[in-house]
Amino acid sequence: MAGVELRNLNRRFGDFHAVDGVTLSIREGEFLVLLGPSGCGKTTLLRMIAGLERPTAGEILIGGVRMDGDVPPRARGIAMVFQSYALYPHRTVFRNISFPLEAAGMSRAAIDEKVRWAAELFSITPYLERYPRQLSGGERQRVALCRALVRDPQVFLLDEPLANLDAKLRNTARDELKRFQRQIKRTTVYVTHDQVEAMGLGDRIAVMDRGKVRQIGTPQEVYEDPVDTFVATFVGQPPMNLIEVSGGKLLGFRPENFLPRAQFPAGEPLRPFGFAVRRVEYLGSDRYVYGIVTDAGAGAATVIAKLPATVSTAIPDGETLPFAVPERALCSFDAASGARLR
Amino acid sequence: MKLADREDVLGVLMLAPALSYVILLVGVPFVLAIVLSFSTATAGSLTFGWAGLDNYAAIVRDPVFRRSLFNSAVVTIGSQVLVVVLATAAAQVFRTAFHGKRTARFVLLLPWAVPVSLAAIAWTWIFDSTFSVINWTLKVSGLLHGWLYWLGEPGLPLVAIIIVQAWRIFPFATIIVLAGLSSLPQDVMEAAVVDGAGFWRRLFQVELPLLLPVVAVAVLFGVVYTATDLGVVYILTGGGPANTTQVLPTLAFQRGIQGADLGQGAAIAVFLLPFLIVVAIAMLRVARHTEVGVR
Repeated sequence: MAGVELRNLNRRFGDFHAVDGVTLSIREGEFLVLLGPSGCGKTTLLRMIAGLERPTAGEILIGGVRMDGDVPPRARGIAMVFQSYALYPHRTVFRNISFPLEAAGMSRAAIDEKVRWAAELFSITPYLERYPRQLSGGERQRVALCRALVRDPQVFLLDEPLANLDAKLRNTARDELKRFQRQIKRTTVYVTHDQVEAMGLGDRIAVMDRGKVRQIGTPQEVYEDPVDTFVATFVGQPPMNLIEVSGGKLLGFRPENFLPRAQFPAGEPLRPFGFAVRRVEYLGSDRYVYGIVTDAGAGAATVIAKLPATVSTAIPDGETLPFAVPERALCSFDAASGARLR
Repeated sequence: MKLADREDVLGVLMLAPALSYVILLVGVPFVLAIVLSFSTATAGSLTFGWAGLDNYAAIVRDPVFRRSLFNSAVVTIGSQVLVVVLATAAAQVFRTAFHGKRTARFVLLLPWAVPVSLAAIAWTWIFDSTFSVINWTLKVSGLLHGWLYWLGEPGLPLVAIIIVQAWRIFPFATIIVLAGLSSLPQDVMEAAVVDGAGFWRRLFQVELPLLLPVVAVAVLFGVVYTATDLGVVYILTGGGPANTTQVLPTLAFQRGIQGADLGQGAAIAVFLLPFLIVVAIAMLRVARHTEVGVR
C-alpha cells in the first residue's frame, strides 16, 4: 500500500499547458477522484502517474519512491483501467486477466489460482472462456477491473471506467466499484467528468480546470464550500446560482436552498428575494423553477430553485413570489476573479 | 428526365471503361487459356482440336513440370515467409520517428516501383559468377572462404530467386503492415505496457495477433504476385541450369510460346489457378475471422 505525491507537476504540449503546476497528496488507501470538464488535464495527470506520459517538470512519488520519467509503467506498482477497457480482443477473458501475470513470469498454477480468485470476486467466472466481443459492456468493465486487480498494484488508476456503460448500469457499477475498493483498501485515483460519480465515489475530490487543481476536499466540502465560481458551478446539478450584488461581488446559493419563504422555520436568519417565476419543470421527485431575482442590484441572470416534492406550494408561471435563502447557505465570490470571499 | 438523374444509365456508363478493360484484358485471355488447355492448338497454325484432358495428363507425368510445380511452391512460400519477417521488422523501424525517415521511406519503396525486368537485370550482376558483390562482401568480411556460384550451383539459384522475390514484394507488405499498425487501438497497446509486457511480448502476443488480418492480406498479394511472376526467373536463370529453376509461368512460356505448344502451355498456366483460389479463400477467411475479433 502506498500513497501518491505529486509535486508541482507540469505537462506542456507545445504552447498548451495540459497540466499546470499540480501539487497533490493522495493518501494511502484513499479513493481520490479527479473531476473536471474535458480538456482540463485530468487524464494527462493520470497518465503521468501511470508513466504513459512524461512530465515536462515536477515530481511523482508513489509509496515515497520517486518515479522519474524513465521508470516504466510496469515498475511503478500501478494498474490502470481504461475508458474503453482496452481488453485484448484476440484473447479469452481468462487470457486477458492472466496477461499481466504471464508478463510477470508467474507459474502456471499460480496464474490459474489468481485468475479464478479475481474472476470469482467480480462474478465473471462463467465468462472465462469467452472473448471480449461476446460480453456486454458491464461484463467487459469487470474483466478490465479483474485484469488490474491481479497485478496486485499499490495504486489503481481508473480513467472514466463507467463512461461507456448505459445509465441504468452505471449506478450498480458505481456501487460495486466502491464496495470493491473498500474491500481491498488500495489507493485509487479515479478520473471522471461526471460530478455525480465523483460525489458518490470519492473520499476526496480534486476539481480541475485548465490544468490546475482548483479545490481538493471531501464531496461535502467541495459541494458546500466551493473555493471559487468554477467549482461552485461545475459541482452540483443544477449548478449553484450566482447573482450579481453591489460591490463587485457575486452571491451564490444552491438551488435546493432557494425556497419559498414560508418553508423556513421562524427565527432562521434569511436572505429574502423576490423571484419572478418564468417556468416550472416537474421532474417527479423535484420541481425545478426557473426565473429571475427581482431585487435591486441583482443582474438578470436566470436562477433555478429546486423544490422537493414535499413542498406543495403552488408556483404559477409569470408571478413574482417571496423566496429566500438561509444566510448559512450563502457564498460570496469576487466578480472579477471568481475567488471566494470569506 | 435528364441524364444526370438517371442513376441506372449513369452507373453502367461510368462502370463501362473499367468493366471493358477487365473483360477484354483479363476475362478473355483467362477464358481463352482454359479453353486452350483442353485443345491441341499450336502457335503458327489455326487448327483447333479437342484434346480433353490429354494436356493435363501429359504435364502431370512430366518430371520437368513436377519440378516446376515444386519450385513454384518453394519460391512462393520461401519468399513470403521472408517478406512477413522483413515487413514486420521494417514496419517497427518505420513507425518510430527518426532523422531522414522520408528519404528512407522513398528508398524502401524503390524495389516495388522499379520495373521487374530492370531490377532482375541488376540482380543478375549482384549474383554474377565473377563480379558478385555479395561474394565480395562476404569475402572481405571473412565470412566466405570458397566462392558461391549463385546462379549455377545446385540449390543456390532457388535461394537467389527467393531473395529477389522477397526484395520485390516486401516494400509493399511493409506499407500494408504500417497502415495496420497505425490502425491498432492505442489504448490496448498502452494496456499491454501497463500490464508489464516488454517489447517482444507486446509484439508477439498483442501486436502481431491483432495485425493478423492485415498480414494475411499482404501475404495474399505477395503469393499472387510471386506465384504468377515470369520476369524474375526468366531474366535471372531462364529456368536453368537444366530446368532446375523452372517455375510454372516460365515453363508455360517456354512450352506454350517458345515451343509453340499452346495447349500444353495453357494447361501449365491454368494448373496454378485452383491453388491460388484456395490460398485466396484461406487468407480472406483469416482476415475476416480475426477482424470480427478486434471490434
